[in-house]
Amino acid sequence: MKHIKTINGSTLKDTLTNGGCGECQTSCQSACKTSCTVANQSCQKK
Amino acid sequence: MIHKFTLYGTNMVVDVNSGAVHIFDEVAFEVLDYYKKCDSTEIVDKLCAKYEKAQILEAIQELEELESRGELFYEDAYRDYLNLWDRKPVVKALCLHVSHDCNLRCKYCFAATGNFGGERTNMDPEIGKRAIDFLIQQSGNRRNLEIDFFGGEPLLNFEAVKEVVAYALSKEKEHNKKFKFTLTTNALLLNEEHKKYINEHIQNIVLSIDGRAETNDRMRFRLDGSGTYESIIPKIKDLADSRNQDNYYVRGTFTRENLDFASDVLHLADQGFEQISVEPVVAAKGTGYDIREEDLPVLFKEYEKLAYEYVDRRKSGQFFNFFHFMIDLSQGPCVAKRLGGCGSGHEYLAITPEGDIYPCHQFVGMDEFKMGNVNEATLDDRIQNKFKDTNIYTKPECVKCWAKFYCSGGCAANSYQFHNDINIPYSIGCELEKKRVECALWIKTQE
Repeated sequence: MKHIKTINGSTLKDTLTNGGCGECQTSCQSACKTSCTVANQSCQKK
Repeated sequence: MIHKFTLYGTNMVVDVNSGAVHIFDEVAFEVLDYYKKCDSTEIVDKLCAKYEKAQILEAIQELEELESRGELFYEDAYRDYLNLWDRKPVVKALCLHVSHDCNLRCKYCFAATGNFGGERTNMDPEIGKRAIDFLIQQSGNRRNLEIDFFGGEPLLNFEAVKEVVAYALSKEKEHNKKFKFTLTTNALLLNEEHKKYINEHIQNIVLSIDGRAETNDRMRFRLDGSGTYESIIPKIKDLADSRNQDNYYVRGTFTRENLDFASDVLHLADQGFEQISVEPVVAAKGTGYDIREEDLPVLFKEYEKLAYEYVDRRKSGQFFNFFHFMIDLSQGPCVAKRLGGCGSGHEYLAITPEGDIYPCHQFVGMDEFKMGNVNEATLDDRIQNKFKDTNIYTKPECVKCWAKFYCSGGCAANSYQFHNDINIPYSIGCELEKKRVECALWIKTQE
């Protein structure tokens, strides 16, 4: 593509098939304790 | 739903529902404004004074290609899956308040300077062990379990920490569980013995410091009013180095009194810290240091400034992580996790020194949120289900928001504090979160 560069594809949509196991870290435990950012957590399956 | 923004000359487009992120040139960025509203001829007519016709048509073709790949204007298909993921709630993490006492009297403390509005007490190790039993009992088939030692100040009751860790580890094999431990401390009491133990047993440690000495000491001081910066800085530097600058965070809070907080983050980076989290205070109106609506433009500029410096430093080998700029676009959490948020009240609970159970550390002391007691192994599933059934689709503000899959609906405690309703997000927090996500995405384009 000449006008558009994709830096990330449809990764969210793709997690529909194998997500929801619940083994991931609880988001508030890691550092924040006051403001929530879930997108910086990692998936235990990957 | 899409979100488009420009930062430092980079035009970015987020396709909210698919998770796709794109960089657009000027032509495509402008064509996008008309793409869904006009046909090709009309778009050419509108933009031909500025761009060549061939360029406009190429851009339209590329947008069509993205759309056909499901990476632009992808419909929200997730609401239908909520029932699929609706299972009996399991608890997988506890915040153990091993001490409701503190050796500091921080001005902004949400825990009423450590005691959460109650007695200044320490947790008996037996209560901690009952909490471990309770977690195992409530965790179903979840293997990975987490314990955060919190306070007050947990180093005031370090023997209990050690006993509870030993007890949890002794139960791992029998129940096929794997415990991970974190500890949040103000570091004032930190000594060699703590360091050795923490490095051997605690997977992540959060060390509280707000940044520059004057920033830190304005808010974080001892009972006699003296600030902590000079005492803690060598200790936490040493601890961070002893962990090879990994598996820890220096964690600060900024307030209205240091709206130039980027300088505090950079100060921490200048001290050699590589894992940094500095966050906005959530304080009631009238405290004087609470973040207000009119502060937002200044804070947005600070985040932008920090993002620029972050990229610049990392490129020149001065590496550091800023917690809220870390977004893993390809390996991050699944959509099920992103719909539900932090898990407070159902997956994650807080336990007081007396064994009382609350939805999270920030709800401790609110009688209406008391969920039971670990001694009786009781849990109010009415409250647990209320939290479990809260997600971005139960929050009208989140449904409309482009950043919902990054923040996952925000902090329930903040919502309750400002609106008496866990389904109405704290708007200042939302605005800051959106800015942080924009900066984080821009940072990705620079890597």
